[in-house]
Amino acid sequence: MTERVEFAQNALGRTVPMMVNGRPQIPFLGVGKFQPRGRKAAPPISSSKDYPENGDKRVADLETALRKCGLRDGMVISNHHHLRDGDKVALLALEAAAKIGVKDLMWFPSASFPSQQGAIELMEKGVIHHIEGSMNGPLGDYCTQGKMRGMGVLRSHGGRYQAIQDGEVHVDIAVIAAPTADFFGNADGSHGKSACGSLGFALADSMYADRVIVVTDNLIPFPCVPWQIQGNNVDYVVEVESIGDPAKIVSGTTQITRSPDRLRIAELVASFLRAAGIMKNGFSFQAGAGGIALAFVQYLKQMMKEDGVKARFVRGGSTKFLVELLKEGLTDYILDGQTFDLDGVKSMADDPRHVATSPFTSYNYDGKGNFASLVDAVVLGATEVDVNFNANVVTHSDGRLLHGIGGWQNCLFAGCSILAVPSFRDRIPVIVDEVTTMTGPGEMIDVIVTERGIAINPRRTDLLDAVKGTKLPVRPIQEMKAEIEKICGGKPARPKLGEKACAVVKWVDGTVLDTVWQVG
Amino acid sequence: MSSVEVRAANCGEAGHWGKDVRSDLHVAFESRERGGVEISLESRVAPYYGSAILEQTRQVLAGIGIKHGRVVIHDEGALPFTIGARIEAATRRGGMAAGKSWQAEAHPLPPASSKERLRRSRLYLPGSEPKYFINAALHGPDAVILDLEDSVHRSEKDAARILVRNALRAVDFGACERMVRINQLPLGLEDLAEVVGESPDLILIPKVERAEQVVEADRAIGEIKARNGNKRAVWIMPILESALGIENAFAIASASENVAALTIGLEDYTADLGVVKTTEGRESQYARARVVNAARAAGVQAIDSVFGDVGDMEGLRRWGEASRAMGFEGMGCIHPGQIRVIHEAFRPTGAEIQKAQRIVAAFEEAQSKGLAVVSLGSKMIDPPVVLRALKLVERAKAMGAIL
Repeated sequence: MTERVEFAQNALGRTVPMMVNGRPQIPFLGVGKFQPRGRKAAPPISSSKDYPENGDKRVADLETALRKCGLRDGMVISNHHHLRDGDKVALLALEAAAKIGVKDLMWFPSASFPSQQGAIELMEKGVIHHIEGSMNGPLGDYCTQGKMRGMGVLRSHGGRYQAIQDGEVHVDIAVIAAPTADFFGNADGSHGKSACGSLGFALADSMYADRVIVVTDNLIPFPCVPWQIQGNNVDYVVEVESIGDPAKIVSGTTQITRSPDRLRIAELVASFLRAAGIMKNGFSFQAGAGGIALAFVQYLKQMMKEDGVKARFVRGGSTKFLVELLKEGLTDYILDGQTFDLDGVKSMADDPRHVATSPFTSYNYDGKGNFASLVDAVVLGATEVDVNFNANVVTHSDGRLLHGIGGWQNCLFAGCSILAVPSFRDRIPVIVDEVTTMTGPGEMIDVIVTERGIAINPRRTDLLDAVKGTKLPVRPIQEMKAEIEKICGGKPARPKLGEKACAVVKWVDGTVLDTVWQVG
Repeated sequence: MSSVEVRAANCGEAGHWGKDVRSDLHVAFESRERGGVEISLESRVAPYYGSAILEQTRQVLAGIGIKHGRVVIHDEGALPFTIGARIEAATRRGGMAAGKSWQAEAHPLPPASSKERLRRSRLYLPGSEPKYFINAALHGPDAVILDLEDSVHRSEKDAARILVRNALRAVDFGACERMVRINQLPLGLEDLAEVVGESPDLILIPKVERAEQVVEADRAIGEIKARNGNKRAVWIMPILESALGIENAFAIASASENVAALTIGLEDYTADLGVVKTTEGRESQYARARVVNAARAAGVQAIDSVFGDVGDMEGLRRWGEASRAMGFEGMGCIHPGQIRVIHEAFRPTGAEIQKAQRIVAAFEEAQSKGLAVVSLGSKMIDPPVVLRALKLVERAKAMGAIL
C-alpha cells in the first residue's frame, strides 16, 4: 500500500505528514492554539435485555468472545499495559484473532513491551496492519526500518484518552486484562495474584469501545470492589489460567541508583525545589520510577523532614518510597496512575489515601481541566534536550524508537517541569543543538538538571529570581552544552535519517508534533 | 573482555570492550612494513563520532611515528584521552618504543598546589577505569588520586600509566589537587617517568619503610622536572604500611623538603602486625598516633587512612571525628559518597571556631596596642594557644566554615 503523503511544517518548524493511516492531520499549532469542535464520540446504545439477567457474562475463551463481538478484517483491537512486560493477554487476544482468520487489524495498545514482539510475526502474516501505540526494542526497530504497513502513532497517556474520547481512534473491541473480576465484568487491579494496582489505562476503552472483553485469572463472586472498570460497560468475561507473569508485572523492589553522578543529579533537583520555595507546606510533586527519580524522592524527603514540610499529594507512578511518605505523614494522598512495586500495590489495596487514578482525571487535555496542571513540580527524564529546552523522549539520538511518551507530555503542564538527565551518556551529549525527535516543546520545559549544573529556561524569570544568590550551580544551557562538547571531543555528527515517515508523535491535543523517520 | 593474549611480537592489544564496559575501548594493533595504515572500527557511538575516532586514530599513530599497520578498534563510547591512551598502549605492546606520543588536547593547568593546602579528602580513582575520571571533581573532594598501585592489575600497569598521563593532561579536575599514587619502587620510577611531565600536584609513594626511598623518588621527580625546565611543585606524600615504616616515620617525613604530608595504609599495616582491622581502630592507635607525631615534628600534615565500608556512614563519621581529634587533617575516600561526611568530620565545631575567633581578635587587639600579653576577659592566653587559634581560623576559612 503506497499512499502519496503530503507534508507540512508545523509551528516548531518540524516536517509532519498531513495524512496518517487514512486520516487527515493537523500540524502542531503551538501550545494551547488548537481549538477542538464538535461532540465526543460514543459507543452504540446497549440494552440490558441483550445481557444475561443473572449477570453472568462469562464465555468459554477469548476466541469465542472475539467471535461474539463480531471481529472482522480491519478492526481496531485495544490492550493496556498495566501488566507491563509481564502481560500475556494482548498476545492471547491477537493470536485468537489470527486463529479466527481476520486480517489488517489495527492494534491499539496503551504501550507495548519487549515481551510482545510476537506482534511482529502477526504483522508479517497480515493479521495486524499496523500499531498505534508506543513501540520500542524489536517492535520499534520493525517500525523505524519501514517494515510496518501503516504509520505508527505515538500518543501520551492523556493523548490516547483524548484520541478515543474525541473519536480520532474508534476502538472496536477492547480486551482488558483484570487481576480480579466478577462474572458481570466489574474489574479491579489492586487484588489477585497478578495484582498491578490501577487499571486506569483501560478506562477510556471500557467507556468508548463498541465491545469490551474482560480477561481475568482471579474470578470472584459478585461484587468485585473496588470496580475500577464497571461491569455495565463490559460485554464478555473470559477466565484464563494466567493473565501475566507476576515477576514482570511489578518489581519486588524498586532500586535507587547507586551511581554517584546520578545521585548528585537527584540531590540537585531536590535542593532546587527547596531553594526555589516550591517545597512548602501543601505542595505537590510527581516523580517516576527511574533511578534518579527514586533517589530524588529520598533526598526531598530528608529536606521535607528538616524543614517540617508536608505535601498535600504526590502523584505516582507509585513505589515503596512514595508509600513511605504516605505512612510517615509527609503527604496526605498518593494519586496513582500506575504502580511499580509490590509495596505500591499493597498500599493501594489497603490504604484509602492511596488513590487509583486514570488518564481522564490526571492527563486528558480535552476535558474541563485535569490535575497535571495542579502539580507543583514534576521530575522527568529525556534522551536529548536542545538549547531551546525542547526535549526528546521517544527516540535514541540515532532516530531509533526507544520509549513511549507515557505521561511525559502531560506532566509538562505542572507548575515546574524538571528534566533530570546526565549531561552525556557514554560519549553522546544529552544537551544538543536540536533534538532528533520533538516530544516536548521548550516553552513547556522549565529546568534541566545535570551533574554539571542546573539550566533554567530564560522564560522562567520567576525561577531564576527565586534561586538567585543560592549556592546552586545555575548555568546557561549554552555554557553546559559547550563544556560537554569539549569533553566529548566536538559536536556529534547528525544521524542520517531516511525519507520515509514511519511514525508520528502527537501533542496532547491531537495535533502532530513531529515525524519519526526511517533509520538507515 | 580484556586483552592478555598477544599473538606475535609485532602485535599488541590494550583496553576493554563488551556489553558491560563503558567509556573504554579495545585496540588491537599489528605493525607492518608497508601498505599504510588500515583501521577497522566498531563503535556504539559510530553515528556521532565514528569519523572523529578514525581521524584521531590516524593522528595518534602519526604522533607515535607509525606509518604502516593495522588497527582494530571496538569502542564503547570512550572519550578522546582514553582512545589515545589505549592506542598508544597497544602499539607499545606491539613493539613500538616509548617516547613519542600523541598529545591529548590540554586542559589548562590549575594553579600550583601548596604544601599547606587543605587535604581533608582525597578520592581514589582506579587508574585503569577512565569512566570514573571525568566527573570525579564534581563531587568536591579536596584531591583526586589517580591510582596506579593496588587498583591496577600487574598486567595493566603499562597501559594505566599512559591513561593516567593523558588524564592529567586532558581532564578537568576542577579545584581538586591532582595526585598520583605510583607503585612501590623500583616499578614506581617507571610511573614517574610517564606521568611527571604532565605536572601532577602530588605523588603518593606506597609502602615506604626507609627515608632513602623518598629521596630516590624525589630525585627522579627533580630530574624529570629539570629536563622539562618545569619549576612547578610536585609534592610527596609517603604512605607507611608496615611496622618498620612506622618506626622510621620521622626520618621519612623529613627526608625531603618536598614531603607535604605523611599518611598510613591500614590494610597492609594490620596485615604486617597480624591483627584484624576493626572499625574502631584500636589495633592501629599507636601507629596512627606515631604518624601524627612524626608528621608534626617534621612540619608536614598527618593524613589518615581510608574507611573501607562505603555503606557505613555513621562508622565513617565516628572514625573521621576521632581522627581529627588525634591530630589528622584528612583521610582517603574510596567512594564519592564519603566526601561530605569526611568534610563534616574534619570541620571544627561552631564552638571551637567561635572560641578561636575570640582569641584571634584578642591577639589582634594586643598587637595593635603593642602588648606582649594576650588576654581574654580575666584569662591570659599562652602563645601556643594563640597559634592554634590562628591556624584553626585559617583552616575554617579554607573549608568555607567561616565566610
